[in-house]
Amino acid sequence: MTLAIELTEAQAAIKDAVEKICAKYDDRYWAHTDETGEFPEPFVADMAAGGWLGVAMPEEVGGAGLGLTEAALMMQVVAASGAGFSGASAIHLNIFGLMPIVKFGTVEQKKRFLPPVISGADKACFAVTEPNSGLDTASLETRAERTNSGYVITGRKIWTTNAQRASKMLIIARTTPKDQAKKPTDGLSLFYTNFNRTRIEANPIPKMGRKAVECNTLFIDGLEVPKEDLIGEEGKGFQILLTGLNPERTLIGAEAVGLGRAALARAAQYSQERVVFGRPIGQNQGVAHPLAKAWAELEAADLVCFKAAALYDAGKESGAYANAAKYLGGEAGFNACEAAVMAHGGMGYAKEYFVERYFREAMIARLVPVSREMILNYIAERVLGLPKSY
Amino acid sequence: MKVLVPVKRVLDYNLKVRVKADGTGVDLSNLKMSMNPFDEIAVEEAVRMKEGGGGHPAGTATEVVAISIGPEQAQETIRTALAMGADRGILVKAEGEVEPLAVAKLLKAIVDAEQPGLVILGKQAIDDDSNQVGQMLAALLDWPQATFASKIVVAGGKINVTREIDGGLQTLSLETPAIVTTDLRLNEPRYASLPNIMKAKKKPIDAKTPADLGVDVAPRLTVVKVADPPKRQGGAKVKTVQDLVAGLKAAGVI
Ligand SMILES: Cc1cc2nc3c(=O)[nH]c(=O)nc-3n(C[C@H](O)[C@H](O)[C@H](O)COP(=O)(O)OP(=O)(O)OC[C@H]3O[C@@H](n4cnc5c(N)ncnc54)[C@H](O)[C@@H]3O)c2cc1C
Repeated sequence: MTLAIELTEAQAAIKDAVEKICAKYDDRYWAHTDETGEFPEPFVADMAAGGWLGVAMPEEVGGAGLGLTEAALMMQVVAASGAGFSGASAIHLNIFGLMPIVKFGTVEQKKRFLPPVISGADKACFAVTEPNSGLDTASLETRAERTNSGYVITGRKIWTTNAQRASKMLIIARTTPKDQAKKPTDGLSLFYTNFNRTRIEANPIPKMGRKAVECNTLFIDGLEVPKEDLIGEEGKGFQILLTGLNPERTLIGAEAVGLGRAALARAAQYSQERVVFGRPIGQNQGVAHPLAKAWAELEAADLVCFKAAALYDAGKESGAYANAAKYLGGEAGFNACEAAVMAHGGMGYAKEYFVERYFREAMIARLVPVSREMILNYIAERVLGLPKSY
Repeated sequence: MKVLVPVKRVLDYNLKVRVKADGTGVDLSNLKMSMNPFDEIAVEEAVRMKEGGGGHPAGTATEVVAISIGPEQAQETIRTALAMGADRGILVKAEGEVEPLAVAKLLKAIVDAEQPGLVILGKQAIDDDSNQVGQMLAALLDWPQATFASKIVVAGGKINVTREIDGGLQTLSLETPAIVTTDLRLNEPRYASLPNIMKAKKKPIDAKTPADLGVDVAPRLTVVKVADPPKRQGGAKVKTVQDLVAGLKAAGVI
């Protein structure tokens, strides 16, 4: 594997084409969705129509069969256009969320499940986190009881993004009680099934930013799931879920870098234009240096993101780099957004200058899908060989 | 009918142009290059003629060939055209400035070999704004031409072109083969979709040199100087309409 510094011709074409779609949706558009909570339907429709949602899906089911590198590039372009996480999160799950089905689904399941996600006809959500277990996924409490024809799921989930509009849900639930399983991570199973609203109540959580893409609490009461909707082997859900985690972390890192770049571009422009004490504020090193530092941090994080993607695409172990990508991307993105708000002075706090929205959205990549602490735990343990702390 | 579409690689239209400090030209280093926007419109029209759309029945064009003259990287511009729907490409590799007459001669050599029914070009390239190649090509081929097209209708073996001219629209009817150059309002070019970008990777691009085509592309013009436009003077705010009118009168504008 070599890490490419220059984009290939096809990657440059991808970047260009995605930039063109994003150019239709400017900061005013995203400010509007952030204000109203309106889901960016036309943007998602444009991305679906251009075949972009299938970027990393296999060609047999109508995808483009490209790698994580191209997917990360595309998602970064979306975020960097000013769409930030309002745009990226609106399509994020389509890109790698269904990797468990790609990797472990039967031929029949792939045919049934993937084409409608690529076309945008099906909208998926991802129900893993629970109120009582948090990051300790093995302790989740949602149960899937076996019946003659399949399973019945009962339990609670939290933070499920997109559940208001989802037609499908990828959900992990216990099929064997924790105390009867060989290991705590055994006995969990993964299902991709209809989001049946007669059995699921989804309530949006009022939150800090990204109002356009909501998160929910779910109450699931007796949701019947046919056995054809079980993904992979029963009891192996946790291990199957893990296959999608590294690409997802890499994508989030790349998206955060994109958001940071959007913020930095605005800050650089404003620092040129705003004149105080008879000179542009950007002429003061106190303003210029934080921006220059943010640039350097973004570039460094970007390299790690694309290294993680290159490793994954080459079929190599990418865990450490994927985790580092998410950590560094999240931090660099946040620092750039903070520097951008600061460079704007009081105007950084005004919605009119858009950077306050970026700043609020930048928190997402620091918290989600896994916390900084858990990433550092992973690196300490797996890379440095330190004892497990929890 | 085969349709040829020449496409030029130019500085992206969104970018601010920077004149080189020594006044010899424009700084292109590390800047994004894209297809000339008028050429995108030309590709779009040709692809609509092939696929159907924009008033053209499908099959009006049987094949769309994109041609670019420029450095190796001009291949990317051809790929963009292929991703929009052109069938194949021809790259004429030439480093440095190729002047409009040389471009027209190279295109004539390709037209002689390809025998298209129609060549659609952008009315001008946004870098040097020459607005000459289409006209020169028509003269070299002795073909009819319609420049600044805002509508093209192919019917009964003729090409009817509506042109944007000062004060209105003019419609010309051309015998084929013909040359048409595009204006901004002819169509709105599509975005390349991901599946079409993937397909474009597999479409053939033929590489040629000016020598292959027997054309001497040595420049005949010397650029004396390239300079920034004069800096805009700051505007002024006026309080009343009377002040505005007085100001305009004083400036000799009304
Ligand atoms: C905007 C947004 C969208 C989301 N979308 C989804 C979604 O679509 N689907 C989904 O399933 N989930 C989603 N989530 C949930 C998200 O993945 C979780 O919030 C995240 O995994 C953290 O879990 P928690 O909130 O329960 O934190 P907790 O597990 O309660 O942890 C709280 C804090 O304690 C720290 N901590 C806990 N244990 C340790 C330890 N051993 N060592 C050091 N520190 C520790 C953590 O790092 C964290 O800082 C979303 C969250 C947000 C904010």
